Amino acid sequence: MKTLEELNAVKEQYEGLVNFRRIGHAEDAVIDKKYRLHVLVCAGTGCTSSGSLKIIDKLNEELKANNIENEVKVVKTGCHGLCALGPLMIVYPEGAFYSRLEIEHIPEIVKKHFVEGNVCKEYLYKETVLEDGSVQPMNNTDFYRSQKRVALRNCGVINPEDINEYIGTGGYQAIAKVLQTMKPEDVIQVMLDSGLRGRGGAGFPTGLKWKFAAASVNEQKYVCCNADEGDPGAFMDRSVLEGDPHVVLEAMSIAGYAIGANQGYIYVRAEYPIAVERLNIAIKQARDAGLLGKDILGTGFDFDIDLRLGAGAFVCGEETALMTSIEGNRGEPRPRPPFPAVKGLFAKPTILNNVETYANIPKIIMQGAQWFASMGTEKSKGTKVFALGGKINNTGLVEIPMGTTLRTVIEEIGGGIPNGKKFKAAQTGGPSGGCIPVENMDVEIDYDNLIAIGSMMGSGGLIVMDEDNCMVDIAKFFLEFTVDESCGKCTPCREGTKRMLEILDRITEGKGKMEDIDELQELAAFIKSNALCGLGQTAPNPVLSTLRYFKDEYIAHVKDKKCPAGVCKNLLTFKIDPEKCIGCTKCAKNCPVDAIIGEKKKVHEIDTSKCIKCGTCLDGCKKDAIYKE
Amino acid sequence: MAIKKSAVPFKGTKEQEAKLHEVIAGLKEEQGCLMPIMQQAQDIYGYLPIEVQKIIADDLEIPIEKIYGVATFYAQFRLQPTGEYRISVCLGTACYVKGSGPILDKLKQLLQIDIDECTPDGKFSLEACRCIGACGLAPVLTVNEEVYGRLTLEDIPGIIEKYSN
Amino acid sequence: MENVTVKINGMDVVVPAGSTVLEAARIAGIDIPTLCYLKEVNEIGACRMCVVEVKGAKTLVTACVYPVNDGMEIFTNTKKVRDSRKRNLQLLLASHDRQCLSCVASARCEFQTLCQEYGVEDAGVYDGARNEYELDTSAAHMVRDNNKCILCRRCVAVCDKVQGIGVIGSNGRGFATSIGQAFEMDLADTSCVSCGQCIAVCPTGALYEKDYTEQVFEAIEDPEKTVLVQAAPAVRAALGEEFGLPIGTDTQGKLAASLRRLGFDKVFDTVFSADLTIMEEATEFLDRVKNGGTLPLITSCSPGWVKYCEHYFPDMTENLSSCKSPQQMFGAVAKTYYAQKMGLDPKNIVMVSVMPCTAKKFEVGREDQCAAGEGIADVDIAITTRELAYMIKRAGIKFNELPDEEFDNPLGVGTGAGVIFGATGGVMEAALRTAYETLTGSEPASLDFVDVRGTDGIKEASYEIAGMNIKVAVASGLANAKKLLKAVKNGEADYQFIEIMGCPGGCVNGGGQPKQPASVRNFVDIQKLRGQVLYGLDKANPMRKSHENPEIKTIYKEFFGEPGSEKAHHILHTSYVKRGVNSNI
Ligand SMILES: Cc1cc2nc3c(=O)[nH]c(=O)nc-3n(C[C@H](O)[C@H](O)[C@H](O)COP(=O)(O)O)c2cc1C
Ligand code: SF4
Ligand code: SF4
Ligand code: SF4
Ligand code: SF4
Ligand code: SF4
Ligand code: SF4
Ligand code: SF4
Ligand code: SF4
Ligand code: FES
Ligand code: FES
Ligand code: FES
Repeated sequence: MKTLEELNAVKEQYEGLVNFRRIGHAEDAVIDKKYRLHVLVCAGTGCTSSGSLKIIDKLNEELKANNIENEVKVVKTGCHGLCALGPLMIVYPEGAFYSRLEIEHIPEIVKKHFVEGNVCKEYLYKETVLEDGSVQPMNNTDFYRSQKRVALRNCGVINPEDINEYIGTGGYQAIAKVLQTMKPEDVIQVMLDSGLRGRGGAGFPTGLKWKFAAASVNEQKYVCCNADEGDPGAFMDRSVLEGDPHVVLEAMSIAGYAIGANQGYIYVRAEYPIAVERLNIAIKQARDAGLLGKDILGTGFDFDIDLRLGAGAFVCGEETALMTSIEGNRGEPRPRPPFPAVKGLFAKPTILNNVETYANIPKIIMQGAQWFASMGTEKSKGTKVFALGGKINNTGLVEIPMGTTLRTVIEEIGGGIPNGKKFKAAQTGGPSGGCIPVENMDVEIDYDNLIAIGSMMGSGGLIVMDEDNCMVDIAKFFLEFTVDESCGKCTPCREGTKRMLEILDRITEGKGKMEDIDELQELAAFIKSNALCGLGQTAPNPVLSTLRYFKDEYIAHVKDKKCPAGVCKNLLTFKIDPEKCIGCTKCAKNCPVDAIIGEKKKVHEIDTSKCIKCGTCLDGCKKDAIYKE
Repeated sequence: MAIKKSAVPFKGTKEQEAKLHEVIAGLKEEQGCLMPIMQQAQDIYGYLPIEVQKIIADDLEIPIEKIYGVATFYAQFRLQPTGEYRISVCLGTACYVKGSGPILDKLKQLLQIDIDECTPDGKFSLEACRCIGACGLAPVLTVNEEVYGRLTLEDIPGIIEKYSN
Repeated sequence: MENVTVKINGMDVVVPAGSTVLEAARIAGIDIPTLCYLKEVNEIGACRMCVVEVKGAKTLVTACVYPVNDGMEIFTNTKKVRDSRKRNLQLLLASHDRQCLSCVASARCEFQTLCQEYGVEDAGVYDGARNEYELDTSAAHMVRDNNKCILCRRCVAVCDKVQGIGVIGSNGRGFATSIGQAFEMDLADTSCVSCGQCIAVCPTGALYEKDYTEQVFEAIEDPEKTVLVQAAPAVRAALGEEFGLPIGTDTQGKLAASLRRLGFDKVFDTVFSADLTIMEEATEFLDRVKNGGTLPLITSCSPGWVKYCEHYFPDMTENLSSCKSPQQMFGAVAKTYYAQKMGLDPKNIVMVSVMPCTAKKFEVGREDQCAAGEGIADVDIAITTRELAYMIKRAGIKFNELPDEEFDNPLGVGTGAGVIFGATGGVMEAALRTAYETLTGSEPASLDFVDVRGTDGIKEASYEIAGMNIKVAVASGLANAKKLLKAVKNGEADYQFIEIMGCPGGCVNGGGQPKQPASVRNFVDIQKLRGQVLYGLDKANPMRKSHENPEIKTIYKEFFGEPGSEKAHHILHTSYVKRGVNSNI
């Protein structure tokens, strides 16, 4: 593609194709002349692992068998968000939303729906089928109603392996606009005005970051993309990379133009093979189309992008560590200043932004700063994607406007807590973040509010916990993670987090003293203000926030030697209820340490001094006679 | 302390080496090429033993320690090959008190390897794990996906025998 | 340079723009403790000992790497700062093998000192899991004890950046991080050149030279043995530091006196064999120039450099002078010429050398260093300046109160040319003095060849001597050597004569010299101060050319005949091994 005209020609050609799949366009969708139906099958990581590729094979087979392979277009898309219900399939023009598909369903769906035109309601996502039997668009369901898809706008809509579909959605128009009508400083001004803040964790204003890098004078500068997504349980960035890779390439080019860089690197975790593959395809297609490389759109602007794969180190998500890693070293953070905007990758001025941050940018350029700034709260604009997980009914990926309350996310979008259990807390920010207790459920989610209540936005992991979770155990879990992932360079983090973990271990084993709680607090404060990088500076947060809201649980462990949630093994005793036990001897036979004594048909008893609390007996007793205390 | 070479004799072929030299030659001039080279080397050989790290060190003219430092920093790089059969002994509490320690020792003795090592013929590698949730069968070990429980020391030679051919 | 004004603990201080907080505080007369920082070598901000409070900063700030800006308000001594530093030390202590009483570093350990200054009253508060490491005693010159390592990485940075070698580095990560060699191989199996620069910068007792002081005492006490000692030029420029004398104090006289009081049978001076080296090397040089031998000729006095050449530039070992180092020449002469002259059986001579150097410990065990016959090493025991200081202290000798004494004859006579061997450029200058006179038959206008003096890493000069244009280069520190040799190999430079010293600044800054803490190294140019001692001795010496040394004249007359003679070759020259890098894997 040498010119804007050529780009626009492709856009016109494919616009209809992709608009055919917009929800709400179902009625007036006549634009695609070739295919009668578009069948979008999710091929994100979630659905792939639940078997969506086999579904696609089966679909193709059945379409052939019914001789309609030329009337129905099957599209492999990225994630739709409701991964827990995968494999997912949406059929347009109806917008019929099939969930939990099984291979056996396919022949029936092809025949009844695709050939005969009758949607198979029994296989649809049940929320889309109303009581009166009518089918509503998925946008009206609880899960999607309060969401607003900006960063994820193309995920699940287009084929990520086809650049033309991206162009059909208006893709690469933003870089064209920037190159032809804007000066670098105009671009930066738009970013500043939009109020976009980094989605990778810290929430630093993107425009400001670009401004600093633009101000550094150097022949060589770099644009980097943080696709390392190390927070366990978070997969927002993965979904963008898998579902809409070109948006990242386009946004990085825009950044390159704004700061004066002509080379970009995407640092992506090697644990995301599908994302890596789609990025490779996207880069190749963009290069072939002339949208990456030399003289883009005939404007004289050069910009290219290379991939670098991580190798399993959480700390490499930290910006200086990421750069050290790209340079081919142990991914150890460097002290700042100098800041990357002055001296970053290969000692050149560099900006680093997160995948989701980039995903917002082309749209901001096209729709304007005001449009973006109109969403969200005063200091946090736009939307945020969260990976909703833990004790919640609708686990999956959600994108909400900043300022949505946690209650909406959990009760409406998430569908509440399973099994009628009580909500205890939500954890955001992963190993750097903290817990939000029930009393803060109505806080509007934005960067500053979360900080104020002792948590943080983080990259978007949102783990829900119920009454069965022990908060000391949760704190320990996260600390174990940071201890494992500490790079070991600086003393406070290398030595300090390890000692905090040892204290927590003692507490959960019932060997804690009240002074230990003070010591935890002091060590935490020390590590936060003395560690070299963000990993260490935030590592104590899960401990601090659980101490803040759930100190009574700590005290119960220390003083009463009890774990109120019944999680910490060493504080439990297994007992047999003599009323219930029928003396079947099963437990005694199964106990690995022979801790259960009792004769046949007589009440059994557990020798607590021998019991190692493995739980085998409890799981096995048919009479529910065994309980823990 | 002698050089901690892998117990598995290095079985790299001429073709593998040629391929590695080629990979290095192709990337050598690029800035920050070390990790991509190591990643591809691991694809070629399955792991990064001293012999492979030496080739990289010599071709790039950098200290082998630098490569080793990188290899031991990232979880993904392996210094030991995994065997065809991965024997994993549970050292969780239940298994431990029922004698999984001696079982592990027996395995080490019979296979002549340590934890996280692989036998010279590439057949077996040995690892220890924490509770796999089969405490009722303690002590347990797994060979690839297969679980063996209620083990006694006498069972061990038989299990190895089963996979030896 | 531009200045900025900062407020430190409430006081306005004007400092050059671009200074670090550490430097600014120093200007204000305030010391900030450091552990990992080594100026221009290790600026990684890792240990977090140097934290200070800066108004407006979210966290504490590390003074060592944080640049000041105008109007910055810094607090170096608040409760928060003191508590942080103390807690930092306590955390390090929990992972530390706290065996001060039996630790070589005790009383001069930077870590120990800080624990004391910060009132660490409970070293065991955070005791828990601790990594345990085997000692690595494989190398000839040193011991590595990771149990005492605080992971400051100064050694790593010096080995990699200053020496360009990088055989040690950080391995593993997190709590399991440790310093070591690839695949935990023995240090002896690596291409370590034994320079000991890592020891010199280690703030703790994790790295130390192999100690042979007891062997020396035993030899002295053995009535069967004649124990001779030689002391290298650089030793006299630094030994006083071990006894609290200022850096740059000349202790030549006290050195001789202390050795004598330790009971050595004869107290000799390596400066003598330095002069001998010049005779041989200058002859070899002129021979190569005249007869088309391999050029450039490169000096071979520094065993650290020689080992480096063998490992990293094996195809350039032909360029090395075949002369043994002065230490080895000395031993060779002592066990042949001197033994013969005194009627001693060389087998009963114990030759001890006191060196600024750890590589000399490796050198004494090299092949082809047995002039008096198979199995009779030229030098038996090489000890460092530091070890000599231990001996002096152990023997109860009040060093600072010693009178100045002379070395014994005949092997204690040396010239000013020989004494400057201890500083970078010294060998070159000494050689030029003799070569000039040999070629022209007259003395140069000035004996000071200032172009090759000074502590720059690489120096070059060219001289018109007897119609010949002689281009020379001098390098010290092996990273500099590498740069220079690459240029030679690529044909970008053509020199006829090159001097290379393994240690930056030459032997005055050798790996066996008294250790100076980073708080001194970062602010004082110890290479220069120690070097000045040697140039002062040269200036004060009436004999400033090696060939003027009367004992040198005698030895050639009585024993060798002439420089480069067959006998001289047999006794004073040696051969090299092409070792290569990683060739043992
Ligand atoms: C320990 C640590 C891990 C991080 N991991 C990630 C990550 O996986 N992905 C990410 O985008 N940002 C991560 N960050 C934040 C980045 O350092 C950086 O702030 C961000 O990528 C900048 O992009 P943004 O301004 O667009 O958010 C991490 C930070 C720390 C301290
Ligand atoms: S805080 Fe932790 S991860 Fe960060 S530099 Fe220090 S040790 Fe490494
Ligand atoms: S399994 Fe249950 S019922 Fe049977 S003996 Fe045990 S406790 Fe009693
Ligand atoms: S919990 Fe496990 S160890 Fe304890 S009694 Fe039950 S089976 Fe035995
Ligand atoms: S290294 Fe220092 S602190 Fe450690 S034992 Fe030795 S003297 Fe004591
Ligand atoms: S310093 Fe203290 S502990 Fe050490 S020897 Fe003296 S009194 Fe004992
Ligand atoms: S002695 Fe020299 S070469 Fe050897 S490890 Fe130390 S600094 Fe490196
Ligand atoms: S050995 Fe010494 S210099 Fe090296 S990291 Fe350890 S304490 Fe620092
Ligand atoms: S420069 Fe001197 S101290 Fe250093 S290795 Fe060479 S001879 Fe030894
Ligand atoms: S992967 Fe299919 S919906 Fe998320
Ligand atoms: S402890 Fe071994 S299976 Fe649970
Ligand atoms: S961090 Fe400043 S001296 Fe170590």
